[in-house]
Amino acid sequence: MPLIHYVEANGAEYEAEVPVGQSVMQGAVDNMIDGILGECGGVCSCATCHCYVDEDWFDKVGPPEGSEQLMLEMVPAPEPTSRLSCQIKVTAELDGLVVRLPVSQY
Amino acid sequence: MQRRVVIVGTGHAAAQLASSLRQQNWQGEILLVGEESQAPYQRPPLSKDYLAGERTADNILIRPAAAYASHGVDLLTGRRVLSIDRTAKMVALEDGQQLSYQKLALCTGARARPASIRGVGSPGVFYLRTLADVDGIRANISPDKSAVIIGGGYIGLEAAAALRGLGMAVTLLELEARVLSRVCASEVSAFYAEVHREEGVDIHTGVEVLSIEDRDGIRVVICADGSRFPADLIIIGVGVTPNVELAEACGLAIDNGILVDEFARTSDPDIVAAGDCTNHPNELLGRRVRLESVPNAVEQAKTAAGTLCDRPVPYQSYPWFWSDQYDLKLQIAGLSEGYDQVVLRGGKDRQRGFVAWYLRGGRLLAADCINRPKEFMVARQLLARGLAVDPVALADETIDPKNWLS
Repeated sequence: MPLIHYVEANGAEYEAEVPVGQSVMQGAVDNMIDGILGECGGVCSCATCHCYVDEDWFDKVGPPEGSEQLMLEMVPAPEPTSRLSCQIKVTAELDGLVVRLPVSQY
Repeated sequence: MQRRVVIVGTGHAAAQLASSLRQQNWQGEILLVGEESQAPYQRPPLSKDYLAGERTADNILIRPAAAYASHGVDLLTGRRVLSIDRTAKMVALEDGQQLSYQKLALCTGARARPASIRGVGSPGVFYLRTLADVDGIRANISPDKSAVIIGGGYIGLEAAAALRGLGMAVTLLELEARVLSRVCASEVSAFYAEVHREEGVDIHTGVEVLSIEDRDGIRVVICADGSRFPADLIIIGVGVTPNVELAEACGLAIDNGILVDEFARTSDPDIVAAGDCTNHPNELLGRRVRLESVPNAVEQAKTAAGTLCDRPVPYQSYPWFWSDQYDLKLQIAGLSEGYDQVVLRGGKDRQRGFVAWYLRGGRLLAADCINRPKEFMVARQLLARGLAVDPVALADETIDPKNWLS
């Protein structure tokens, strides 16, 4: 199962095995990693699962599109590799993915 | 003796509280106990893609049931709490078991408000609040059958959209003069009514339902004006009422919900409460509110966890909500109650979407954003930061809303 690394804003690191096909957001919720909230349950309505994809991984993950892109423009502290983690589906290729979490989802 | 927190309820607030307690290094047992038989699940999909059959019960779980045990959280489902003894610090379950606690969290949520309609207990008549309700509804869905939905709020409209998608004939009956009357401006109500009519929903407003009766083997909804609507399936969505009975019976302060302060503390220092069941102060709004929403449940639960772990952080955030119907994604920032002006941004165009801004005395209160995710995000920040925008600019599509934040 792909291993995903979550790095909280305070430096705390977690790694979680996340099944292929599941979202990076769901992987955090399943493992009680609080830096990702995912309040809307993964339907791209709330932007409370904002993460920064590690630069080395951004090409593999790809850029945001559509409403995700529009919402990311307006999250607190956006960066060039910002994504909403509910929209990143885990694949075998993403084994080892590193995402950093923002200070706040609001 | 090891410290133990007992969380009563298994909804969004309870699930988040357990998770946040673990994250904040609560040293001790965490017990989640509630009467529903499933592990905590997401309620919003019940009237949307779960009703439409696009998701299974397993994939609306907030997290898999096994995840609780692996994080040291005991999940007691299908167990109803009967009473709380605050002196002995004991919770009594219906099956006779007694659970002691050092700290108690009430996440008892809300239940469907009973409708005063004769015959609501008849077969084929359902409220829409729990997974069990929706499983009952789904067993009665068939493309060649007809449904009557009583109530034109978000739940009723979302259910109408899901049932139309499954090919059912749908009639929607609303007591007030327009749908969404309690929460939206008339412009937004009119837009949603029009979309639902385009999609084939037969909407009747200003209609009071009196009874549901069996007439020669056919179930019929009977209204005060004499109109009658035969239906194979009837769904009632007329709001919710907070579950305060346990709190009230053990003497906690109640007023339209369990009264808590900004740290989610009830009138008992060892008991916190979070979610739909609470009435809490909101400094940004300048008043107390009781909210029915997932974001409120999640945010308030995080505050409650901090309080229990002696790291109190006040709960202060603007409410927000969402509703998905057909191809329309409605995102709502703030509470529009008390508005004296509505400004529209964009025509009431289904594809391009539009925004209804709500103001009072020129100050922004809320925004209904239909297929306008960027404006929604901006609205949330405008509200949180208390920024003012000229109403004329709010309507001006040539201005990038981002500019209002700088």
